[in-house]
Amino acid sequence: MEEEILEDILSGYRGNRSEIVPILQEVQDNLGYLPEKAMTEIAEFIGVPESHVYSVASFYAQFRLLPLGRKRIAVCRGTACHIRGAPQILKTIEQKINLKEGETSEDLEYTLETVACIGCCALAPCIRINKDVSGEMTPEKAELLFSENNKEAENE
Amino acid sequence: MNDKKVLLHVCQGTGCISGGADKVFNQLNELLDNSDYNHNVIVKKTGCHGFCQQGPLIVVEPHGFFYTKVKEDDIGEILKSLEPDGNPVKRLFYHEPLTNQPIPKYNDIPFYKLQTREILRHCGDIDPEDIQDYISIGGYKALNKALLQSPENIINEVKRSGLRGLGGAGFPAGRKWELCRNAKGDIKYVICNADEGDPGAFQDRSVMEGNPHSVIEGMIIAGYAVGAQKGFIYVRAEYPLAVLRLKIAIEQAREEGFLGENILDTNFSFDIEIFQGAGAFVCGESTALVRSIEGKRGWPKPMPRAHTTEEGLWNKPTLLNNVKTFANIPLIINNGAKWFSSKGTEKCKGTAVFSLTGKVVNCGLIEVPMGITLRKIIYEIGGGIAGGKKLKAVQTGGPSGGCIPADLLDMPVDFDSLKEAGTIMGSGGMVIMDEDTCMVDVARYFLDFTQRESCGQCIPCRLGTVQMFKILDDITKGKGRKGDIDLLIELSESIMKGSICGLGKTAPNPVLTTIRYFRNEYEAHINDKKCPAKICAM
Ligand SMILES: Cc1cc2nc3c(=O)[nH]c(=O)nc-3n(C[C@H](O)[C@H](O)[C@H](O)COP(=O)(O)O)c2cc1C
Ligand code: FES
Repeated sequence: MEEEILEDILSGYRGNRSEIVPILQEVQDNLGYLPEKAMTEIAEFIGVPESHVYSVASFYAQFRLLPLGRKRIAVCRGTACHIRGAPQILKTIEQKINLKEGETSEDLEYTLETVACIGCCALAPCIRINKDVSGEMTPEKAELLFSENNKEAENE
Repeated sequence: MNDKKVLLHVCQGTGCISGGADKVFNQLNELLDNSDYNHNVIVKKTGCHGFCQQGPLIVVEPHGFFYTKVKEDDIGEILKSLEPDGNPVKRLFYHEPLTNQPIPKYNDIPFYKLQTREILRHCGDIDPEDIQDYISIGGYKALNKALLQSPENIINEVKRSGLRGLGGAGFPAGRKWELCRNAKGDIKYVICNADEGDPGAFQDRSVMEGNPHSVIEGMIIAGYAVGAQKGFIYVRAEYPLAVLRLKIAIEQAREEGFLGENILDTNFSFDIEIFQGAGAFVCGESTALVRSIEGKRGWPKPMPRAHTTEEGLWNKPTLLNNVKTFANIPLIINNGAKWFSSKGTEKCKGTAVFSLTGKVVNCGLIEVPMGITLRKIIYEIGGGIAGGKKLKAVQTGGPSGGCIPADLLDMPVDFDSLKEAGTIMGSGGMVIMDEDTCMVDVARYFLDFTQRESCGQCIPCRLGTVQMFKILDDITKGKGRKGDIDLLIELSESIMKGSICGLGKTAPNPVLTTIRYFRNEYEAHINDKKCPAKICAM
């Protein structure tokens, strides 16, 4: 399945060196991360050593080399969020779902990350769960959010 | 109310959407579709109005009523208010925080009244996904006007305007354009820097989300002026909505003949592509950005090096400007250099856009003339410090900038004065800090950021920032040693001297400014093992 998706993605490109980042972005969008096999094939497709693809993939914060959880939680650690209490929000969430920054739960339910800025700084502190941004967070709100999230997941 | 056509502008910026504005928009359309409400109501989705903190926002035109924190449940009442005998929904008006007085209209709210909105003027009153809306406010007129003139004329106009690049360093835009025009070579590129790497700033995002065509029009004019055939917009991938709106805008501009072959039936051809950055602060730096588009690691070229205007993308002459620099171009071409240079100070013309955030009452996006004082920004537009606390410092320029203390409040805000005070104008982040903010923690925070983001190419930056971070981390944990302050200053000097690019050269700024203005806080941490703001756990 993964191979088909990859082939499908690659068919949309010409194989130029400058397409590496866009290809990696599309692959990650579809597969959730960058499997080693995919990077090997991309290297072959573009005609560069595997190490080049790896060096690009490991340079940019956006790329993930391991599978991610279904719920990707990104806590903003931007300046506006930091001085309005982002560290406490991160701590609360870490305790609530029992993960540290950068970790994914074994059942692949959650991944907890921090990001440089979500761009919603006027509503600091902010977090993002998958694509949804929640602003004006407080530790209490964060706690509630994850209790609700858990319930929702169980009901599904 | 009368039965003339009523326009409801529903903000669909990232901030308002996070508060449920997308649901509000859908609910509004649904109610209008499924009932016999006033048929003279037109609903329009717009970009960011700037006052994100009060969102989701709806503006009723032509009355100018400004509804704040609108929920789905409020829509019925808003629609009722638009009927012939309806009254405005007072409870949704903005309430002045101190007096709790309701202020019904947009233009009477101090946050807006005291701004000079030029770049942001139409963010919030046009539909960013409909090129006709942009055209209806005079969009692409400037392009038409430009194509009737010689490229040299346009460059002269930009030079005369005094416009300085709004990406941070304030390099004169016209001069850069001229350098690129005069560079040898037939193939040239124009790049819009929309990386917005400062964590805590969102002004470029809001311009792209609210008025993407203004940036595109500016880029096309630049392409014509410097003799380029192709443009790139380098946007950070964390801005999916901006990417989407730019994509739509580019497609529509092609359909209308503003982009592509033989633009407006002239010999000039130009097209634009979007390139999504992948989350690296250093890629905002010109040479790193160029390498990133070329499909490489975003490693800056060591200085000294050729100018990007000579040797840029694929070694071709390349013009790189910030989002807001380009957004100013149609205004300058339409209104003239004189109009532009009538705003601002002697050396810094025009306006500046800031993301006003932190411990200030009114957080949001603001546009002010260059040279305005910090006091005006914080106390008049910003409504003062939240919770009646005392102002301690203002941070500008993000990780490359610094913190200036409350006693410099009457300093004019422009490239040169900020530099003198030890910080930089930056691209527009302005974070207000109150007495509960610990300045050592802030310095530690920024060095944590830069040591993560250092590209690792040169040793002074790669190792130096880590060392500085460790010292600061120790100080905030009560493990500071005598002599740490001097050591930080010494390290700063070496990093600034030895680093090969702007990231390292500016990384110590947050530490140096906090030592310069808040040395007593460092001393309290080191000597008395106390954090005066009670932020650091000691
Ligand atoms: C580390 C670093 C990060 C930068 N980040 C940005 C950025 O996010 N956006 C930006 O426009 N300029 C950024 N710059 C400045 C650019 O290198 C460049 O000067 C600017 O884009 C030129 O546009 P302007 O002349 O319109 O200001 C950065 C510079 C450095 C050294
Ligand atoms: S600082 Fe957190 S959203 Fe910008």
